[in-house]
Amino acid sequence: MTRHPTWLDIGALADIPRRGARQVATPDGPIAVFRTHDDAVFAIEDRCPHKGGPLSQGIVHGASVTCPLHNWVIDLQTGAAQGADEGCARTLPVRVSDDRVLLGLHMAAEQAA
Amino acid sequence: MTRKLVVVGNGMSPGRALETLFEGGSDYEVTIFNAEPRVNYDRIMLSPVLSGEKTYEEIVIHGDDWYERHGVTLHKGRKVVHIDREARRVLADDGTTAEYDTLLLATGSSPVVIPVPGHDLPGVLTYRDLDDVEAMLAAANHGARAVVIGGGLLGLEAAAGLQRRGVDVTVLHLMPTLMERQLDASAGYLLQAAVEERGIKVITRANTHAILGEDRVTGVKLDDGTEIPADIVVMAVGIRPNAELAKAAGIAVNRGVLVDDRLLTSDPNVLAVGECVEHRGVCYGLVAPLYEMARTIGRNLLGEDVEFRGLATSTKLKVTGIDLFSAGDFLDAKDRQEIVLRDAARGVYKRLVLKDDRIIGVVLYGDTHDGAWFFQLLKDGTDISQLRDTLIFGQGYAGGAPLDPTAAVAALSDDAEICGCNGVCKSRIVGTISAKGLTSLDEVRAHTKASSSCGSCTGLVEQLMALTLGDAYDPAAVQPMCGCTDLGHDDVRRLIVAKGLKSIPQLMQALEWKTSCGCAKCRPALNYYLLATWPGEYQDDGQSRFINERVHANIQRDGTYSVVPRMWGGMTTPQELRAIADVADKFAIPSVKVTGGQRIDLLGVKKQDLPAVWADLNAAGLVSGHAYAKGLRTVKTCVGTDWCRFGTQDSTGLGIKLEKAMWGSWTPHKVKMAVSGCPRNCAEATCKDFGVVCVDSGYELHFAGAAGMHVKGTEVLCTVPTEQEALETCMAVIQLYREQGRYLERVYKWADRVGVDTVRRQVVEDPERRRALYERFLFSQRFAQSDPWAERVAGKDAHEFAPLATVPFQEAAE
Repeated sequence: MTRHPTWLDIGALADIPRRGARQVATPDGPIAVFRTHDDAVFAIEDRCPHKGGPLSQGIVHGASVTCPLHNWVIDLQTGAAQGADEGCARTLPVRVSDDRVLLGLHMAAEQAA
Repeated sequence: MTRKLVVVGNGMSPGRALETLFEGGSDYEVTIFNAEPRVNYDRIMLSPVLSGEKTYEEIVIHGDDWYERHGVTLHKGRKVVHIDREARRVLADDGTTAEYDTLLLATGSSPVVIPVPGHDLPGVLTYRDLDDVEAMLAAANHGARAVVIGGGLLGLEAAAGLQRRGVDVTVLHLMPTLMERQLDASAGYLLQAAVEERGIKVITRANTHAILGEDRVTGVKLDDGTEIPADIVVMAVGIRPNAELAKAAGIAVNRGVLVDDRLLTSDPNVLAVGECVEHRGVCYGLVAPLYEMARTIGRNLLGEDVEFRGLATSTKLKVTGIDLFSAGDFLDAKDRQEIVLRDAARGVYKRLVLKDDRIIGVVLYGDTHDGAWFFQLLKDGTDISQLRDTLIFGQGYAGGAPLDPTAAVAALSDDAEICGCNGVCKSRIVGTISAKGLTSLDEVRAHTKASSSCGSCTGLVEQLMALTLGDAYDPAAVQPMCGCTDLGHDDVRRLIVAKGLKSIPQLMQALEWKTSCGCAKCRPALNYYLLATWPGEYQDDGQSRFINERVHANIQRDGTYSVVPRMWGGMTTPQELRAIADVADKFAIPSVKVTGGQRIDLLGVKKQDLPAVWADLNAAGLVSGHAYAKGLRTVKTCVGTDWCRFGTQDSTGLGIKLEKAMWGSWTPHKVKMAVSGCPRNCAEATCKDFGVVCVDSGYELHFAGAAGMHVKGTEVLCTVPTEQEALETCMAVIQLYREQGRYLERVYKWADRVGVDTVRRQVVEDPERRRALYERFLFSQRFAQSDPWAERVAGKDAHEFAPLATVPFQEAAE
């Protein structure tokens, strides 16, 4: 079965501070949605691959975030830890349309209907 | 046929035009009308006449014989009141007329008189011509009092002249620094210090409200109510071109008489020169461009065709003993660079402003020998890239082949002072480097103190290291802030001030950051530096703060937060304790712990509960304890004379006062304090960033202790007799740390780097400096002491405490 993401409107772009992030609560755990200085938007599981720190609370710089617990730097595009650290956080599709942020969640086709 | 040239005005500009004309063998028949009853004299030299260093006779440029020799008809004391352009004839106030083929307007300028009440009282003077000087001298009896309004070139010269005549002088200046049009702020302050040193009082930011007096001046009143008694008031706030005569004749006039590059007015038979002129939007008041205009006119009258295209101007203050030179444009701008040399001990300040490898501005104070050379380079637009490394040292170092900058430093004498702040000379630095085998700048700073205070001599010190160590010297030893820049913390702090950088994006642009928006290392540091440098002005950037400071609580390993309310001096009440207990129950807070800083920590609070928790705590009068901040944490105390049988002072009371004074201030790293009531030291004050140990005779002040990763006893700063002095000294030390500390550098590390003695010298041995630090701290606290919890209870940063969205269960099946 091919699975397509369902795009869910989670809020306005302006609701996320530039160089910042907001959390989206889901039954599978929180998702961090980031907005960079140049308005690119990324979504990553809100758990640092190191010790589970909430990435949404970190400092956003360029297209990276520094985890607030132990300063791991995570690439927002890939979810991968940068530098000497190894690990990867799951990324989710996200896009902006008419200043609304749409988060792509995977769900079974029959359930989405 | 002889042509007729009529000149209106007999100042220096027409004088120079006529000289050029006569030297070229002109056949003009010249008539001059002069409203003043005099020949042409050198107005630039009025100040020495005022001060008594010269007489009128000594400053005459053209005596009566000069006019005779050149067949000039000079009408002294006759003012031209009308120009009939059709008949080409002028009419003077006494009825004298003269016809012209060419008319030269040189009506000069008038001093601006501020129209405040009382400006027309007898005793209110201007400073423009010899009449003004004579009026001042008549009033300037020894012991008389004068107020000079205007701290520009003329005002200061007038003030200095009067002061030399024994007059008690006060200068009022509207702007924050003197001569702000010619000098940058640094030179302005040096100038003010020098002016005040000769006994002239200076009040800056002084707005004149009224000139007081019934039938003669008795004083000046400022907007803030200050009254300054005065026998004479000299207005020296500026000049305005005299263009009325031209305007009445229908000649085009804007601020001044409009002229083209040949100095022709809108009437092709009428030329204009001097201070009455507006050329390409500029009205000149300094002699060099005016003379240049005059020469242009003279040569064109001789039949040449030359143009005046404007001229850069330079300024020298003509006050004996004050050496000051400025030229060009010296405002900071993005595309400009600067080279600065300061020698605080000698009172020397030199600043060159560069753009595209050319000098566009020069400010010299204290040593102006190279002024002319720099000015020539400026005027010629010389490419200085080859000279750049030694440029600031002046022409002496710039001869022939480009010199290695270390050669210039090598040429300095052994006793040449390198570091003005700490009085360190060249031989001491070189000797210490060799004797102790130092290889890094930090080591040199630690051992010699050179470059460890303001840092402006860092370049020179580095050159000395290169000179002494040769290849062993690695300049990269200056630790950059982070990978986003090659600059170290001290350089960044210095440049924030020097370039007036006021936001993170502006700073990253100006200092050529290598990343688009920094990183998690530099951004919090920059946010702190900007906040500490521009209190009340800088807009705090929450996104550049670590999460704890952004949400005013401490993040824990599971992503929950801890909340620590402030307990002033460790004191609390049953009511506060009840409120804390109620909050713990209501929000099911799993852990309640007593901290090492004499307060209570609520651990495991969910982020979304934080505002409600704070609201309940606020309601009981509890505010943020800043347990998360690079700022004041706690002031630990013992019970002191209130209860303790050994207590010598009210240590609890002083602790509370300290905490009330210091809370809310942002610092490079956390700051912990303590006050012990006696030398038994129950509050453990001797391992704190700042500590007080009370003794019978007063308060022993300690600082630079640590009991974290490193354990270090404090250094004794001094002993003071009163609580107030203890408080003031504490604020001064912390302010110095705020200004010099590198981000995340604890007090003890900062003190170790700059030297305990240096700190002591600045806050203990120099009461003026201590006072200034204290006042800067108080000023910055005005913007810092607002409870961040109450702000967030009221709705600030609400987005921090709620999810952006919640995805319902059925939609998230995966």
